[in-house]
Amino acid sequence: MSTVTPTLAAPFTDAEVARFRADFPILGETVNGHPLVYLDTGATSQRPLSVLDAERDFVLRRNAAVHRGAHTLAALATDEFEAARERVARFVGVDDNEIVWTSNATEALNTIAYAIGNASVGRGAPASARFALGPGDEILVTELEHHANLIPWQELAARTGATLRYVPIDDDGALRVDLLGELVTERTRVVAFAHVSNVLGTIAPVEAFVAAAHAVGALVVLDACQSVPHLPVDLRALDVDFAAFSAHKMLGPTGLGVLYGRAELLDALPPFLTGGSMITTVTMEASEYLPSPQRFEAGTQKVSQAVAFAAAIDYLDAAGMDRVAAHEHELGARLVAGLAEIDGVRLLGPTSGVERVGVASVDVPGIHAHDLGQFLDDRGIAVRVGHHCAQPLHRRLGTVASTRASSYLYTTEAEVDAFLAAVPDAIRFFGGLR
Amino acid sequence: MSDLQALYQELIIDHSKHPVGFGLAEGAAAESHQLNPTCGDEVTLQLHAHDGVIDRITWEGHGCAISQSSASLLAQLVREQPDLSVDDLTVRIDAFREVMRSRGTLEADEELLGDAAVLSPVSKYTARVKCAMLAWVAAEHALAQVR
Repeated sequence: MSTVTPTLAAPFTDAEVARFRADFPILGETVNGHPLVYLDTGATSQRPLSVLDAERDFVLRRNAAVHRGAHTLAALATDEFEAARERVARFVGVDDNEIVWTSNATEALNTIAYAIGNASVGRGAPASARFALGPGDEILVTELEHHANLIPWQELAARTGATLRYVPIDDDGALRVDLLGELVTERTRVVAFAHVSNVLGTIAPVEAFVAAAHAVGALVVLDACQSVPHLPVDLRALDVDFAAFSAHKMLGPTGLGVLYGRAELLDALPPFLTGGSMITTVTMEASEYLPSPQRFEAGTQKVSQAVAFAAAIDYLDAAGMDRVAAHEHELGARLVAGLAEIDGVRLLGPTSGVERVGVASVDVPGIHAHDLGQFLDDRGIAVRVGHHCAQPLHRRLGTVASTRASSYLYTTEAEVDAFLAAVPDAIRFFGGLR
Repeated sequence: MSDLQALYQELIIDHSKHPVGFGLAEGAAAESHQLNPTCGDEVTLQLHAHDGVIDRITWEGHGCAISQSSASLLAQLVREQPDLSVDDLTVRIDAFREVMRSRGTLEADEELLGDAAVLSPVSKYTARVKCAMLAWVAAEHALAQVR
């Protein structure tokens, strides 16, 4: 069921992880009198010195507005900005004109949804007519989506009269892939789903979704926020039409997201955000737009952030994404096995038959996630608590909130063990289970 | 006592496990539902009152030990201080809020707030102040309806 080819890559040795950690000064911080145990990379990753150095060097020596102005710095900045785009494109196996900078992955997903919405009212016709949605058309998502890959589609359905449907999950949290055959029909126009669940850490069977969608001519939108940072991902090989991911979850800066779209699709879609730097000709009545990616990049761009992101990708490539995946696979297995040993702890998501990244979310009946998180924080252990922007998933699994531990290339086995040791102590502290 | 033990005093754990005033009742003068969207904590609070005097508070909800014990301690406060007027309860809600917003610089007055004073250390944890305030905000909204 996995979409990841098992690799023979070796997990990092302790010495290698120690070398990574030396590049991340924050990992040496003390929190509440304890060494920081950072298990919240799923929310945001930490940044190595090389990423900050790259941004600083750019800002101090070559900073200028891009794609406008003819002075030397403007040319240098534009080159570096575009080189960063090329760097991202190469990392995920696509062409550079297929990479659009956005403010975050949420904006990337909204860009597709709003561009389709604009096509649905005739903007960009006739090229965009193929994207137009209306009553009778269907958008398919899944029940485990992050709100960022759910609400834009709810809104698109509401604006166009299309119907939003979803692939349910079972009692264990596994996607009901067996229902794809009946859920994907001639009416289906868009299939949007998470590559890796941000709560469960489970990997979706991309091939099955893509095959079902493309068989009926539907567009595939992949929320790759939790996959591109943690697994080797080749978007071309996966054959998805659009994808979104975020720089800050993969050693890069906040404020920068990526939208991937197949070039012929991006060039046929009308823009979402409009304004400066995305036009060819403007009159007082109407405007004509540049081809992608500039068509989708209105206004001042996140230039130094893009430069920093390229350095983050260099860092990940030097480490080796197959080894990052192998390292996290081991940590994930350690988390799952360790949690299974603790009485009264319920691990969310299927434990067999589905591959996971190094993420585990737990529900401890009788102890609210915020209280558990507070206890862990007192020991310097940073985890995510709450619904993780996935309320429908939690509701389906019979809880409101959970506690999530997530790992990265800099996470040690000792950190996972510190978390595993703290959970039973928290249960004792709060007076046992209800 | 560690910071964590100061935050989660036994009284708080007890109230979260054996809440006072839990369960909605008929004949409430006002009701307010409050939700903390970041964590999903919820409280539905009912104010029972006659002639401008608060008789009791009943409530239902779910969430963390702080939000649930805080609702329980508020219900207990009204039980232990009979014949509070709308203004009296407003004074107490304002006093509680002032402590909660104090970032650890104020201790609640036990004369005024009873056992709810045990929540004072929450003010050091800014992320948790909303948890402690949830039921008190609900009471404030309910009071506005009977005023």
